[in-house]
Amino acid sequence: MSGTTDPSAADDERRVELKHGAGGTATRDLVTETLAADFADPDDALVGLAEMDDGAVVPVGDASVVVTTDTHVIDPPFFPGGDIGRLAVSGTVNDLAVMGATDVRALTSAVVVEANYPIANLERIADSMASTCEEADASVVTGDTKVMGNGELDGVVINTTGIGVADHVVSDAGLSPNDVLIVTDSVGEHGISLLAEREGIEFGSDLESDVKPLNDLLAVALETAGADVTAMKDPTRMGLAGALNEMAAKGDVGLEIREERVPVTSDVKGTGEMLGLDPFQIANEGVAVLGVAPTVAEDVLAALRDHPKGRNAAAIGKVIDDHRGRVVLDTGMGDRYLREPSSEPAPRIC
Amino acid sequence: MSETPPGGPTGGLPTGDGENALEFRDPEKARAIADTLAEIGEELEDPPATVMHVCGSHEQSIAKFGIRSMLPDTVRLIMGPGCPVCITDMPEVDEAVALAESGVTVATYGDMLKVPGTSKSLDDARAAGADVRIIYSAGDVVEIAEEEDGEVVFFATGFETTAAPTAAVVLSDPPPNLSILSAHKYVPPAMEIVAEMPDTDIQGYLAAGNAAIITGSGIFEELAERHELPVVVGGFEPLDILAGVTRLVEMIRDGEAGVENAYPRCVTREGNEPAQEQLWEVFEGVSGQWRGIADIPDANLVLRGEYAEYDARERFEIDTASLADAGATGLADDCICGDIMSGTAEPTDCEMFGEECTPDDPVGACMVSSEGTCKIWHEYGGRPDI
Repeated sequence: MSGTTDPSAADDERRVELKHGAGGTATRDLVTETLAADFADPDDALVGLAEMDDGAVVPVGDASVVVTTDTHVIDPPFFPGGDIGRLAVSGTVNDLAVMGATDVRALTSAVVVEANYPIANLERIADSMASTCEEADASVVTGDTKVMGNGELDGVVINTTGIGVADHVVSDAGLSPNDVLIVTDSVGEHGISLLAEREGIEFGSDLESDVKPLNDLLAVALETAGADVTAMKDPTRMGLAGALNEMAAKGDVGLEIREERVPVTSDVKGTGEMLGLDPFQIANEGVAVLGVAPTVAEDVLAALRDHPKGRNAAAIGKVIDDHRGRVVLDTGMGDRYLREPSSEPAPRIC
Repeated sequence: MSETPPGGPTGGLPTGDGENALEFRDPEKARAIADTLAEIGEELEDPPATVMHVCGSHEQSIAKFGIRSMLPDTVRLIMGPGCPVCITDMPEVDEAVALAESGVTVATYGDMLKVPGTSKSLDDARAAGADVRIIYSAGDVVEIAEEEDGEVVFFATGFETTAAPTAAVVLSDPPPNLSILSAHKYVPPAMEIVAEMPDTDIQGYLAAGNAAIITGSGIFEELAERHELPVVVGGFEPLDILAGVTRLVEMIRDGEAGVENAYPRCVTREGNEPAQEQLWEVFEGVSGQWRGIADIPDANLVLRGEYAEYDARERFEIDTASLADAGATGLADDCICGDIMSGTAEPTDCEMFGEECTPDDPVGACMVSSEGTCKIWHEYGGRPDI
């Protein structure tokens, strides 16, 4: 790169901070103001970049093709319940599935790895990607590999892009008053188990990530209720609180959540209490949030619970007409707003 | 002065013998107490009754469990100057920053790092290369001083609950390279000042159970008498708080002044007397500024002359002039933390709340500490009007 000049403006003090990568309001601001500011969506896009949904939808012939891409960095890359390979496939499959594309046609995989990285680790990651693909009935059809100098990158980064087809396109903006809100599993396991691992906290428990592909489970909901599934969202970074706030804002509705109905395991509750972390604000990688019309809520719930990945599914609240753009949490005592965290939650220091 | 918990009207609290916090979070019992509170509230001569609590941990529970939404319109529950980080004044932070920049090791509680001084925080000093250490308890500073060859200063902040352990360090014949920069504060005089503020206009205090474990509930008797106010010492679980507020409102209705202890499983009238003896052996109260609130007589704890050898202000010439000259940021002038801690404003009254002022980028001290009202409201989202 000799002879070129770094274009960074000496008089512009703005710098990217870690909070810009945490997936909350800071990330959204960075993306909309800089990275995505100059892109216009194709005229025929059904869902485009401007919607900031889990993926985009473009028509190809008569089909609604869903496209999504995600780059995965995770510390540690091998963690209880999974690894970066399973995460890379599951994350992209789930982004497609919550758009309604439970039929995953193809995945791509781009790997950036630092020199001196153990090849045995790459083999483990590739094996894990393959077995997760099998579980999701998907295939990696093309890929790319780059190697950077030792120390120029922390281990390995994986980007996956996915393509699927949706019979019913589902966005995260489709909620209307009286819709019932359902989560497919207990929340907080992925994030809490990772933080506990990172902090070196050991438990005599089975606390582990729930990372998994959900396209087979969400297919069951769509088969049961079709277009009466009004909205779906993948509550990864920023957790359930982040996903619900985004759904409330985009749908211009209020959400009312009963805290006691949200499934949280006692391990997650206890560890969260100890680390000062709210399980509702913690990342998930194997959970989806659904909004469904009240007429089909019981059927969808029963169908989800019949599936091995949906046994803990629960109706956690409903959509309301007031408090638009906000989430009201009934704590069992009184009510408060459930806020979206502004940056990635960190364990308390004292 | 009663030493029994409020009984009949609140339905009685669990004893806590089982040490199971969940029994103090029973929604049915909470609703029963709230119903009683609503009834008492209707009998008030001059509603709404404004009740102030003086503790960040109380605010945490109130916000987290949505307790304000359980109160009737006839009762207002506000937070006063109950966050030790929030009321540490800018010049005190400046002193710690100046010492850190002069090359000594400064050790303090983690919450203090981001608190803005006149122009810098300890975090800024640390980023520029100063040796600033986070400690988890006062005893940690002794270990740091033993390991370091150079001077170590403990920037000691907090109320009675942390001042007593600091006193114990001073009395433990600590290493000669350790000294104390005391910004400790003593709460009862601040409660007196706030009780006299006409704009705040409070009718009762929910006193902090944790501080009262040290000082005893008896410490509030003079305050209650002088201002003809009810004071109820309360614990931190939702039922503790609801029962404490209910008893306060009942006393307000009946025109009753005095102190009651609604946290008898932890607090006695006398408190922890050995800890009090150590506290007053080492410290004396002098007049001093609480950030954004007032100059408060006897409320700043400084080392007594006998312990001057451990007083960082005696040991060093602390030069804060360059920090003061740098000037405060423009935004700090708009901060209303002082009004919030005096109970005349809520965080959402501040135009910067959640916009220019966030936990990641705080303008005012109330947004820094996990005990600060703004940070707590930012985390839990305030009270929905339902």
